[in-house]
Amino acid sequence: MHEWALAEAVVAAASEIAEKEGLKEVSEVKIRVGELQQIEPEILEFALAQLKTTRLKNASFTIETAKAELSCRVCGAKWGLEKEGLDEHTKEAIHFVPEVAHAYIKCPKCGSPDFEILQGRGTWIERIKGEK
Amino acid sequence: MADPRTSIIAERLKNVRNVIAVSGGKGGVGKSLVASMLAVSLAKKGYKVGLFDLDFTSPSTHIILGIGNLSPKEEKGIIPPEAHGLKYMSIVHYSGEHVSPLRGADVSNALIELLAVTRWGTLDFLIADMPPGISDATLDMIRLVKKAKFLIVTTPSQLAFETVRKFINLLVDLKVPVVGVIENMEMKKEQLIQQQVEDMGIKFLGVIPFDPKLEEAIGNIDILSKTKFAKKIEEISAGTLV
Repeated sequence: MHEWALAEAVVAAASEIAEKEGLKEVSEVKIRVGELQQIEPEILEFALAQLKTTRLKNASFTIETAKAELSCRVCGAKWGLEKEGLDEHTKEAIHFVPEVAHAYIKCPKCGSPDFEILQGRGTWIERIKGEK
Repeated sequence: MADPRTSIIAERLKNVRNVIAVSGGKGGVGKSLVASMLAVSLAKKGYKVGLFDLDFTSPSTHIILGIGNLSPKEEKGIIPPEAHGLKYMSIVHYSGEHVSPLRGADVSNALIELLAVTRWGTLDFLIADMPPGISDATLDMIRLVKKAKFLIVTTPSQLAFETVRKFINLLVDLKVPVVGVIENMEMKKEQLIQQQVEDMGIKFLGVIPFDPKLEEAIGNIDILSKTKFAKKIEEISAGTLV
């Protein structure tokens, strides 16, 4: 239920944004979650539904997954997660702290751990809509 | 696009009375030893204490305290495991014996992630072992943990102190509280560091003489607790933190 902690962060941040933009009621929150973090969208959705504040009570939460895209800083190779074949322990470690991917994943072309996560990490609020 | 994680950090730390970031200008001055023994000495006095190793690329508090494999519990976030009466968080819970080659932005992301999802509960003290210098982890600590106070460790060397001077100036400019400065690994009696610290209007917390027995005590909490180093840390914490 690590998703619960992230849902709490989403609700707190959405409330802050709504406050800043003067939205009395939020109708839509679009969230993007990175593949690298392997969030279970159903659990995140469930937690969000439980945690809704008054301002968010009628909001629909859309969750989109962003494919992981890694890019080697040394040789320029780009790759995704499909072929990594990570074991359960490693997957779990990356689930909690995506940056530890650098401890387990290496560039498939040159073997360097010095890669950039172009996309597919973390949880982001992409858009918030509502009534002023 | 907004990163929601930073919005929950204050909430996660709301029942933590004091956050002490043990920092220094250079590596090798004894920050991790000071942070570890400070946490242990406060816990021994009956305080609720957390130790958070934020030196992600070179974590060492687990080695100092002889903490083996521990797994945080997952319960609406991460519950830090306990060791020696401390709630203990470190990247080694996740990276194990693997090297973590992280660039600045990755350090920052990992720090924000752990601050956002770790449930420390009620603590009197959260001791953070910071990486050396004034870079990502330090800047994020200043930016995101408004209640953090900095405790600075230096050696008698002017090389170490020169960066400490700049570091303190930055903290003072940003109105970040500085608990004070500890001079570690004193080789001969002189008061050059104390004088310079006090001239800056900062509290000088004390001197820890170089302890040749310290290295062999690493990894064994019982022996460590009996070293002169540990006794000195106890004295300093009694005089300044509690």
